[in-house]
Amino acid sequence: MKRPPKDTAQSQRGIGRRTLVVGGLQLATAGLLALKLRSMQVEQAETFRLLADENRINIKLLPPARGLIYDRRGVLLAGNEQNYRITMTREDAGDVEEVLDRLSQLIPLSDTARAEALKEMSNRSAFVPVTIADRLTWDDITRVTVNAPALPGVTTEVGLSRYYSQGADLAHVIGYVGPVSDFDLSRIENPDPLLQIPKFQIGKTGVEAKMEEVLRGSAGTRQIEVNAIGRVMRELSREEGQPGADLQLTIDSALQTYVEARLEGESAGAVVIDLENGDLRAVVSSPSFDPNLFVRGISVAEWNALNENPFRPLAAKAVQGTYPPGSTFKMITALAALEDGVLDPEETILCRGYTEVSGTRFHCWKSGGHGNVNLHDSLKQSCDCYYYEVSQRVGIDKISAMARRFGLGVRHDLPLSAVAEGLAPDKEWKATVRGEDWRIGDTVNASIGQGYVLASPLQLAIMSARIATGRTITPRLIHTIDGIETPKQSDDTIGLNENYLRRIRAAMDAVSNNNRGTAYGSRINVSDKRMGGKTGTSQVRRITAEERARGVTSNADLPWERRDHALFVGFAPVDDPKYAVAVVVEHGGGGSAAAAPIARDVMLQALYEGQPPLEAYPSNVRGRISEQQRAIQNRVQPGAIQGNDRA
Amino acid sequence: MSYLEYNVKSVPTGFRKLLFLNWPIILLLCAISSAGFIMLYSVAGGSINPWLEPQLKRFALGMAVMLGIAMIPIWFWRNVSAVGYIVSVLLLIAVELFGEVRMGAQRWINLGFMVLQPSELAKITVVMFLASYYDWLPLNRKSHPLWVFIPVMIIMVPTALVLKQPDLGTALLVMIGGGTIMFLAGVHWAYFAAVIASGVGVVWAVMVSKGQSWQLLKDYQYRRIETFLDPASDPLGAGYHITQAKIALGSGGWTGRGFMQGTQSRLNFLPEKHTDFIFTTLAEEFGFIGATTLLALYVALILICIFTALQNRDRFGSLLTLGITMTFFLYFAVNMSMVMGMAPVVGVPLPMVSYGGSAMLVLLVGFGLIQSAHVHRAR
Repeated sequence: MKRPPKDTAQSQRGIGRRTLVVGGLQLATAGLLALKLRSMQVEQAETFRLLADENRINIKLLPPARGLIYDRRGVLLAGNEQNYRITMTREDAGDVEEVLDRLSQLIPLSDTARAEALKEMSNRSAFVPVTIADRLTWDDITRVTVNAPALPGVTTEVGLSRYYSQGADLAHVIGYVGPVSDFDLSRIENPDPLLQIPKFQIGKTGVEAKMEEVLRGSAGTRQIEVNAIGRVMRELSREEGQPGADLQLTIDSALQTYVEARLEGESAGAVVIDLENGDLRAVVSSPSFDPNLFVRGISVAEWNALNENPFRPLAAKAVQGTYPPGSTFKMITALAALEDGVLDPEETILCRGYTEVSGTRFHCWKSGGHGNVNLHDSLKQSCDCYYYEVSQRVGIDKISAMARRFGLGVRHDLPLSAVAEGLAPDKEWKATVRGEDWRIGDTVNASIGQGYVLASPLQLAIMSARIATGRTITPRLIHTIDGIETPKQSDDTIGLNENYLRRIRAAMDAVSNNNRGTAYGSRINVSDKRMGGKTGTSQVRRITAEERARGVTSNADLPWERRDHALFVGFAPVDDPKYAVAVVVEHGGGGSAAAAPIARDVMLQALYEGQPPLEAYPSNVRGRISEQQRAIQNRVQPGAIQGNDRA
Repeated sequence: MSYLEYNVKSVPTGFRKLLFLNWPIILLLCAISSAGFIMLYSVAGGSINPWLEPQLKRFALGMAVMLGIAMIPIWFWRNVSAVGYIVSVLLLIAVELFGEVRMGAQRWINLGFMVLQPSELAKITVVMFLASYYDWLPLNRKSHPLWVFIPVMIIMVPTALVLKQPDLGTALLVMIGGGTIMFLAGVHWAYFAAVIASGVGVVWAVMVSKGQSWQLLKDYQYRRIETFLDPASDPLGAGYHITQAKIALGSGGWTGRGFMQGTQSRLNFLPEKHTDFIFTTLAEEFGFIGATTLLALYVALILICIFTALQNRDRFGSLLTLGITMTFFLYFAVNMSMVMGMAPVVGVPLPMVSYGGSAMLVLLVGFGLIQSAHVHRAR
C-alpha cells in the first residue's frame, strides 16, 4: 500500500494542529503546577514550616532539684540522694528473657518485678527504655556495669530521690514527699506543668507540703527532635531549670533528736520555743515514723502497723493534738481576773476541798483542801477551789479573751500540716456551735482548763513564752529561705500590767523551786538557770460521786486510754528567760510526775546546748539521769552515723 | 510502506547515527536523573545505599538500552509493534495468574533476574501499536465508527487488565496515553466530547456504587478519593501521607532547608520518600527554586520532544514520539499534582527521579524509540 506524498503532508498538518492543542494543555498544566508550588512554598511557607517543627520538636520538662532542708546549725535534714536504677530497651536487648535471666543473677529481681517489666516492655515501643529495678546499691550497679557486654539493652541511670537523714525524728515537722496523685492535681487550680510528669514527687505533709512552691523550683526544658514514630533523634536545646530554694529551719536537730528519744515509749508532744525571736527549737511528736518509707513507697504491712498503733505515730501531736490544758490554764484565769480588777493577788480564798456552785459540788484535787490560799499559793500548790471562785467573778468571756491573747484557741500560722486551733470557749461559741446556753458550771470547769478548753502543746508553749516575756511571741519555723532570713514576727508587748505578770512568774518559779511546789522534784538545780513552770493533769473521764466517796482510782489502776493527760508548761531561766517549753504526755498520769521531769530534761538540754552537767539535776535523781542519758546516747548514735554517711 | 522507505538513502548509517541522535534530550534526561540521584543519596541519610547505587546501575543499563533501540531503524519497531502489544497483554494476564502480591495489589512479575511491572510496559506498547495502526489506516477512515472502535479496544484490553490488578493510576495513564494518539491522529472531536461526557458519568457511577453490592472500586481507593477531597478529615490515617507531604513541600520555602536537612524526610514523617513522594523531599530541601528548576527541565524535555515530532514527516514516528511524550508528561504531572494534594494518591512515580526499575527502564525504552524516530527520519 503506497501513500501519496500529498496524503502525508495533509496528515502532518492535522497532527501539527492537534499537537498545538495537546502541547498547549501540557504547558498549561505545567504552569498550574508551578503556580501551586509558588502558593505552597512561597506564600504559605511559614505555616508549613511551623507545622514541620510541630511535627518534629517535642518539649520535655527537666525536673529541677528540690530545695534542701537544713536545721538551724546547717545539718542537712532533707536531701536529694542519688538513686540508681536499671532500664532496659527491648530493641537493643534482643532476647529479652535471656537478658533478664542474666540480670537476675547479678541483682535482686523478684518474679513480680520481672513480670511487670516484661509486660511494660511489650506494651511500649521497642525503643522505649523500661525501668527494671529501682533504688539499687552502688555494688549492684557496679556489677551490672562490669557485665555490660553480656547485657545488651541494659543501661544504668541515676536520678534524685528525697532522703531524710534524721529519719523519724523530724517526720512530723518536715513531712515527706510522694508521687503526685490525681487528688493532688484536682486540688491545685493552675497546676505547674511539672506536676504532669509521671511520678513527680511533691510534698505531702509538713514543711515539704506547705513550702512546696518554694522547694520545688522551676522546670527546665529540653527540646528534642523526634521522628515519625516518636524516637528521639537528638537534643536541640536544653535549658536547665531553677532548683528549688533551700530552707533552713529554726529547729535544732540535736535537741529535736534528744526530745524524740526522751519521749520514747510515750504518746506525747513537746515544743521548745526560743524566747528571743519565737524560733521553734523542737517540735516533737512521739511516737514517730520513718518518712523515708513513704518516699520509697510504703508496704501495706508497714502502713497497717502505723495506722493500727494505739499511740497514733502518724499524728503530729505537738501541733495537731488538742488536750484539755488542765491546771496549766490557771495562769490565764488568774490574769483575766487581775486584769479585770476583780482579784487582789494578796486576797486569800478558803479551799475546803470542794466548792458548791449552784447545787453542784466541784472538787479540788486535794480532798482535804488547801485552807486559805492567795494567788501565789494557789498556783504553787495548784489549788482548784481558788479558781472556781475567781472564775465566777470574772466570767468566761474575759477568760477566753485572755486565753486568745496568750495564743490559745488561735490557729498559729506555721508551715505544718493540720495546725490545730484548739478552743477557748465563750458564751457565743456555745450558743452557735452547741446551741446551748452557757452555764456557770462550764465557767468553773474552764477555770482549771477542763470542760471545753482545748490546747495543743504548741499553743501551751506559746502561752508559756508570752507569760515569760510579756511580749506576743509568735512562733517561727522557717529561719531562712535561700539564705535570706525570714522576718521575725512582731513581738509587741502583750499589754498587761507587768506587775501581774511578775507575780504569775514568781508563782511559777515557786511551782518548781519551792519545796511545796508541785514540780519541785523536777527542778533545775542551778540557781541562775532555774525553771519556772506549771504542772497540769487533765482528766479524760468523769469521776462519779460514788468513786470519790470510795477514793479516786489511781491512774496506775486504770486502762491506759482512761488515764489522765500529764502536762507541763515552763520557761527558764526564771531571771532571764531564754526558752519556753510545753510537754503533754497523753494518758501519762500526773503532770508533776510524768510531764515535769521531761520538760526539765529538755530545758537543760536546750540551756546547756546538749551537755547538761549532772549537777544541774536534783541530787536524788542523778543516778537515774545518767543512766537515762546513756540510753539516749546509745539510741541516737546509730541514727546520727547513718545520717552522716548518707549525706 | 510509508513515505520513509523512499528516502532511506538520506538516513545515516553505522556509528554515524550517534552524531544524529537528539543530544539535548539525552542531556535533559541525564540532568533530571541526576536530580533523582542527589535525592536518593539524601533520603538514605547521605549514603549510596540502599537506593542510589542500584538506581545508578539501572540508569546505566537503561541508557544503553535507549541507545541500542535508537540504532535500530524506526520501521523495524513499527513492524514489531503488534508483537510488543500482544506480549505486554500476555504479561498482564500472566501477572493476574502468577504475579506477586505486594501492598495489596498484583503488579509485579518475577522474571528471575528482575522484577517486572508489565503495566509499565503496556504504557509504551499501547502507544506504539496505536501509532502504527494510524500509520497504516488511510486518513479518510480515521473517524469511521468501526475504525474508531478498533483502537478503543486496543486501549481498553490492557486498561481493563491493569484496573483489575488493581492499579487505577496506571490504568488512567494507559487510557489517556492511547486516547492522546487517537486525538493526534485526527479522530473526530465529537468522539472525545462523548468520552469526556461518559467519563463524568462513570465517575458518578463509581461514587454511587460505593457501599453497594456492585461497588466498582476497592475500599482503599474510595478512601484515597475521600482523603484527596478532604485530607484533614483523617490526619493520622489515610490523610497522613498527603498531609505530611504537603508540610514537607511547603516548609521548603524559597530556597529550601538545604541538602540533607529536610526534617520531614529525615525523620520519616514522609511516606514513600524515595519513590512516589520523592518530589516532596526535593521541594523541602531545595525549596521553590529547586522544585521549579526540575519542573522547567521536564517542560524543556517535553517541548524538545514535541518539536522533534513536528519535524518528523513520518506519521508513525511523529505519533509515537508525541504519544511517549504525553506518557512522560502524564507521569510527572500526575505525580506532582498528587504530592501537592491536587490529585488523589494513585501511585505514579516521578519519572527518572523516583527509585524503581520498571518505570525508568520503560521510559528509557520510550526515549530510545523517540531517538530512533529522530535518527531515521526522512530528510
